[in-house]
Amino acid sequence: MYGLAMVKGLMVTLKNLTKKPFTVQYPEERLKQHPRFRGEEFVWYEERCTGCASCAKYCPLGIIKIVTSPSETAVPQGDKYRLEVFDISINRCMFCGLCVEACPYDALFMGSGFEQGRYSRQDMVISIDELRQADKHPSTFFRPQLESQEYDPRAGKPLDWRQVGRESWQWHQREKAGMRIGGRPSPEDNRDSSDGAGSSSGSAAGN
Amino acid sequence: MNCVLEPGNILYDTVLFREVYNFVGQVLPCWLSWLAAGFVIIFLLVNAVLLGAAVFSWLERRLIGKFQNRLGPNRWGPFGMFQPIADLVKLLFKEDLTPGTADRWVFLAVPIMMVAPVMLTLAVVPFAKDTALANLNVGVLYILAVTSITSIAIFMAGWSSNNRFALFGAARGVAVLISYEVPVVVSLLGVVMIAGSMSLADVVSAQMLPFIIVQPLAFFVFVAGTAAELNRTPFDMAEAESELIAGYHTEYSGIKFAMIQAAEFGGVMVASGVITTLFLSGWEGPVDRWLGWLWFLLKVMAVAMVFIWVRATFPRLRIDQLLAFAWKFLLPASLINLLATSLEVYFLRDDAGVLTRGDLGIMTGINLALFVVCIFIFGNLVRDKVRPVAARGGAPTLPPGITVVEAD
Repeated sequence: MYGLAMVKGLMVTLKNLTKKPFTVQYPEERLKQHPRFRGEEFVWYEERCTGCASCAKYCPLGIIKIVTSPSETAVPQGDKYRLEVFDISINRCMFCGLCVEACPYDALFMGSGFEQGRYSRQDMVISIDELRQADKHPSTFFRPQLESQEYDPRAGKPLDWRQVGRESWQWHQREKAGMRIGGRPSPEDNRDSSDGAGSSSGSAAGN
Repeated sequence: MNCVLEPGNILYDTVLFREVYNFVGQVLPCWLSWLAAGFVIIFLLVNAVLLGAAVFSWLERRLIGKFQNRLGPNRWGPFGMFQPIADLVKLLFKEDLTPGTADRWVFLAVPIMMVAPVMLTLAVVPFAKDTALANLNVGVLYILAVTSITSIAIFMAGWSSNNRFALFGAARGVAVLISYEVPVVVSLLGVVMIAGSMSLADVVSAQMLPFIIVQPLAFFVFVAGTAAELNRTPFDMAEAESELIAGYHTEYSGIKFAMIQAAEFGGVMVASGVITTLFLSGWEGPVDRWLGWLWFLLKVMAVAMVFIWVRATFPRLRIDQLLAFAWKFLLPASLINLLATSLEVYFLRDDAGVLTRGDLGIMTGINLALFVVCIFIFGNLVRDKVRPVAARGGAPTLPPGITVVEAD
């Protein structure tokens, strides 16, 4: 009968009236984020970084700028380069994660945050000081084994430099950092390679 | 001083006016208290329309959001209730542009001419017993006359804007308004015949049974025609956003646009009030006469929600479907309703010309059957007329004089 289709249509909209809205009120409500989400932030562990600039070389867009100088304590400690500039200009970053894959020492990770909107292009550059001070919530992109430790970048505690990475930190310190020093390094050593270089070299050499 | 409204006065029956006049008349001279009382009433009326427009714009956006599984405006105030205020403030601060080639004075007059009929209509609508501003004895005629002004305003807007989209919208709007005016008027004749009066207060008191069931066909025709005259979806050819930008008010901005929008939203509220009065027994309610305003308001909101529901459901009609619906469906249906109602009234009324509740019950039965039959017959007729040729099974035919060339 004519008109029944119209009544049917009215019933369809009426049914939808009772459904829950799909809208997520973004600043107050958030969708659950996958732990492997690659955000607009970077997590950098200075303790692990040797300044080899692999990340800068592998970046397809060339947006990572690294300036290093030889460490003053290089000879006795077998220490790495001293990092002066580590600029990541995220306004051109495409979040491919090649820098993370390229890093031989697991020093660089994608972050999990995404609210990095700024009013000027200059502010879009993440400087070395911001990288140092940022909360260490690495995304589990390229390091999915982090998920097995019940770690969630949006919920859990920040991860220490000892807790990330593929291999144990001792191996990393002795072999990859070019250290040829005898004895067993203690975890307290080399935590601050930039300003605590003198004391760490003393204790390491003593052992 | 000490002015008191005499019982013979034309405005004596208007309770609000009488009370205000008598109150102010204690201190002011008579001519001044007359002005003051009138001003108070008009102030209330104008603000009622504007408030109704604001409430309706919020309600519509909110409800359509719900219909589409969204939230709708929800940022300011409880449930986003203050959104119309934010909208108004935004529109107030916008630049008030007039196109350089516009017909300036006509362009300026349009917002006023859009808002005025809406407010004028409310003058005769009683929102409780004896509370209409003017209980005109030709109330129904007055409403029909006043609402027709809108078509002139729409055409003025389209013409003065000097914009092709505005002119298209205005031409469509006027075509729709003129077409739908006819069935609306004819459908109201049945109501007027049963009530025996054109005064809206008499129409309400004549509704021992609500006229929605006594006159279902007239109700359907009137609601459809009103939706078309208010330029609401599915009849919003005049301001079809996807085709004509905004139709006749394309060139309007700032406070003028706000006024046109207020007229549209307020128009829906006022039309709901008219429908409530004519078909849903107005202020009459189950409990108390003093709660009349509450029943009236509830019914108005219910009718407004039906308008929103229809808008959320149906897509826009094509112009030929729109006019076919008016001329081939609504007009014959309303004429049949007129014929049937006049026969019923002629045979059922007693010598004094009064219809009892039982008479209305008999009419309800006949008219409901007539409603179903009419919808069936005319619906099928219109459906065959408006469907494309191919859908009816025939081969698509081209106009004469066109040769079809086969591609290589």
